[in-house]
Amino acid sequence: MTETPAGAPSSLGDSPRGGSSGKGSSPGGSPFGDALALVPKAEAEQSMRDFKSDQEVRWCPGCGDYAVLAAVQGFMPQLGLARENIVFVSGIGCSSRFPYYMNTYGMHSIHGRAPAIATGLAASRRDLSVWVVTGDGDALSIGGNHLIHALRRNVNLKILLFNNRIYGLTKGQYSPTSEIGKITKSTPVGSLDAPFNPVSLAIGAEASFVARTVDSDRKHLTEVLRQAAAHPGTALIEIYQNCNIFNDGAFEVLKDRQQAEDAVIRLEHGSPIRFGADRAKGVVRDQATGDLKVVAVTAENEAEVLVHDAHAASPTTAFALSRLADPDTLHHTPIGVFRSVDRPVYDTLMAEQLDAAVEQHGKGELGALLAGNDTWTVVG
Amino acid sequence: MTSQVSSPAEQADGTVLGEQRKAAGGKAVRRLNRVIIRFAGDSGDGMQLTGDRFTSETASFGNDLSTLPNFPAEIRAPAGTLPGVSSFQLHFADHDILTPGDAPNVLVAMNPAALKANIGDLPRGAEIIVNTDEFTKRALQKVGYASNPLEDGSLDGYSLHPVPLTTLTIEALKEFDLSRKEAERSKNMFALGLLSWMYHRPTEGTEKFLTSKFAKKPDIAAANIAAYRAGWNFGETTEDFAVSYEVAPAAAAFPPGVYRNISGNLALAYGLIAASRQADLPLFLGSYPITPASDILHELSRHKNFGVRTFQAEDEIAGIGAALGAAFGGSLAVTTTSGPGVALKSETIGLAVSLELPLLIVDIQRGGPSTGLPTKTEQADLLQAMYGRNGEAPVPVVAPRTPADCFDAALEAARIALTYRTPVFLLSDGYLANGSEPWRIPDTEELPDLRVRFAQGPNHTTDDGTEVFWPYQRDPRTLARPWAIPGTPGLEHRIGGIEKQDGTGNISYDPANHDFMVRTRQAKVDGVEVPDLEVDDPDGGAGVLVLGWGSTYGPVTAAVRRIRDAGGAVAQAHLRHINPFPRNLEEVLRRYEKVVVPEMNLGQLATLIRAKYLVDARSHNQVNGMPFKAEQLAEVLKEAIDD
Repeated sequence: MTETPAGAPSSLGDSPRGGSSGKGSSPGGSPFGDALALVPKAEAEQSMRDFKSDQEVRWCPGCGDYAVLAAVQGFMPQLGLARENIVFVSGIGCSSRFPYYMNTYGMHSIHGRAPAIATGLAASRRDLSVWVVTGDGDALSIGGNHLIHALRRNVNLKILLFNNRIYGLTKGQYSPTSEIGKITKSTPVGSLDAPFNPVSLAIGAEASFVARTVDSDRKHLTEVLRQAAAHPGTALIEIYQNCNIFNDGAFEVLKDRQQAEDAVIRLEHGSPIRFGADRAKGVVRDQATGDLKVVAVTAENEAEVLVHDAHAASPTTAFALSRLADPDTLHHTPIGVFRSVDRPVYDTLMAEQLDAAVEQHGKGELGALLAGNDTWTVVG
Repeated sequence: MTSQVSSPAEQADGTVLGEQRKAAGGKAVRRLNRVIIRFAGDSGDGMQLTGDRFTSETASFGNDLSTLPNFPAEIRAPAGTLPGVSSFQLHFADHDILTPGDAPNVLVAMNPAALKANIGDLPRGAEIIVNTDEFTKRALQKVGYASNPLEDGSLDGYSLHPVPLTTLTIEALKEFDLSRKEAERSKNMFALGLLSWMYHRPTEGTEKFLTSKFAKKPDIAAANIAAYRAGWNFGETTEDFAVSYEVAPAAAAFPPGVYRNISGNLALAYGLIAASRQADLPLFLGSYPITPASDILHELSRHKNFGVRTFQAEDEIAGIGAALGAAFGGSLAVTTTSGPGVALKSETIGLAVSLELPLLIVDIQRGGPSTGLPTKTEQADLLQAMYGRNGEAPVPVVAPRTPADCFDAALEAARIALTYRTPVFLLSDGYLANGSEPWRIPDTEELPDLRVRFAQGPNHTTDDGTEVFWPYQRDPRTLARPWAIPGTPGLEHRIGGIEKQDGTGNISYDPANHDFMVRTRQAKVDGVEVPDLEVDDPDGGAGVLVLGWGSTYGPVTAAVRRIRDAGGAVAQAHLRHINPFPRNLEEVLRRYEKVVVPEMNLGQLATLIRAKYLVDARSHNQVNGMPFKAEQLAEVLKEAIDD
């Protein structure tokens, strides 16, 4: 085995041996920097094939996960990052097998804990692009606590939440996003609990970047990935993903061309929120309650149609948008980037505290630390 | 006045020297070779601070010392009640000592509750200094005194010093612009001043400490210093205190060197920083606050200029999860907790076993089960550390024996974790964590080299001649797998908690492979190189071996000394490594007719010893939240010898 011994004294910076940081690109537009500024770039052009591992993909034939995998593998070359500086961390569930199929560094961890593990990795290695792959059970049930805390901290993580509204790997129990009354193996006469709306939850946790997309819409999925990758801080992307075995057709209304026209609201920053045949419907603010509602757009009310502002500092309108969808029928489901705001990034702040400590006190000297201020000498 | 050291229990450890002289002020000075003082008061009376200061004075004077803080879990239990009593015991001597002492020679009782809660531990003849101002009818009734013990003769067997500490403190501070309540708060400093006079402690350190502690409130600093000096002067002038005491520095007990006083948790935190430096890896701590481990988080968070990252997680699970993530990224990763936290971390420890990444799990044990006794000590997490995971998930276990030893134990745990790419348990406990002792500050140049090699390139050639990287290709000597950190080109690989194929690390459900991997992970831990167990058997003729682990070292060693001083023979050995056991342990056990295993649990090490070696180890157990007393252990050993 070729291994090199530990070399220079460790830097306080962004990699264990202070090695590869600094090769990155110039900072982007955010006052909190470019999420990828410290991540080294690929030396040669990459192709989708570079990101396919040698492992056989073992999802059920027809699973929506295949489409997401292909979209991510297709998108990665566009990022142009050094492959060795990309890490996928997952929990447990069907979607969490994802890292095995990416030819990057990866960890398939334990149920619900991927955001915690990825937090430690991202906070200690700012030269990495760290992605979390999780599902509705993994992220919102057993791992709910870690998810909200990752979002509030704004660690530099990109979280792909595959939502199929069912437990697949354990063969078909209802999940925390299943509609009330869901008949499953564990709820033969219907589930009783109200579902989480992952986008609402993330906005409630003050996530700085929240988006929703659909497995089958590769173009949209890729565009959302692109925006998430560049976002400094935690990005949550909910991906509606079809489980053709245990919950087939859960998102059909959003995919069927005819039905989708009236069901899907495509959010685009800076554009009026309109949808439906001939963009005849629009989202306006209810003057009485301040809430949002869908109306037929007329010449009179056209000016009232809400213009989507993903960068609004207040999460209020983004939250209201997340509540438009009917949890049972999925009618009026917005997709796209709900919210993308600049907030200080946890791992950057942490690194700055370390740098400030060195600036104030000098680099730590072990002998002085151990001795402290109160010593006595015993002479032999 | 009664001699300070009178009970037979202490005599094995040395007796009072009869020498007495008159000091310049006309008061007698008596020389002692050791003293045990206990400060006791309400949780809000500042007893821990008082004890800490007296300890610092004593340490800088050069005595050997050992301390035992003992406080309730409640931050402010109801004032004046028995559950609210907080105490700090300090044993100091002119020679090498091992424990905070069995029974105090001096009790400082700030109120009736403190007297009542502690009087049972005092031998007849002990000195009691009480704050008479607090002995009101109501305060006495609150703790169930029918009559005032200061007046009813029930303390006749003791040397009682009634001192109106509160009144004297307020009087001493009347020049200051302080409310009565504010002035009263300095009564612990008055008591400290009085005790400092009694035992000839140097005062500069405490005055300096008060000045810097209250740097932003110079009035309060000045008031505390005034109360402290008033206490000293009170001792010097009042007739009640006719004698003061000298305990000479313990020069002979200490090898030459520069010393400081250190608590277990501080030594452990320093050990982690030292390990990070010696490994040339950044330190990452993922932790969730829990008594009695939080002080390590506090300490490490202050040393960011050593490149230390501390992450206060949302829960215990995230604490270890983040640490494991950092380990994957190439940090020296640590999580600190106590028993209940270990229970929550178990699944992630199992993942670390499967991923074979270095990770330190520091468990500062406390009384259990469940929430148990958060501020009291116990050794009952041993079997949890050994076996508390699903599947066959072996983890090396290392235990420090004294507060200062926590430093070396941290370095040793790091060595094993880094060398063998494995999670390692470091089992300290509440007694070590909060107790303190003098520590010879090590020369940083003499610390062990813990540097590791990250994988840099392929380590396997396939049948078709392709050079590849196999994440589970092991080092044939250590069975450790390569540590290939993200950012290393060409070594991209995926690892996970699912069983892996030997070598490639790819998912494998193959039965024979699983059997092989389970046995290999066990063999790796079994093969961890640890030093042989040293046996202390000076005459070589002992029939009884006392085998301990962890924080019982002090009391066990003190008990062994008692036996030997009384002419008995007993052999002693103390385990630092519990998994794996030292290679020579079986041979050592078989050398003796009887093996006694004292533990602060119901026999967990004894269970391991009996199961592994079929040795009829005799368990001696105590689970009262307190360390063993040397006298009681000596009795146990004597019984085993005579049996």
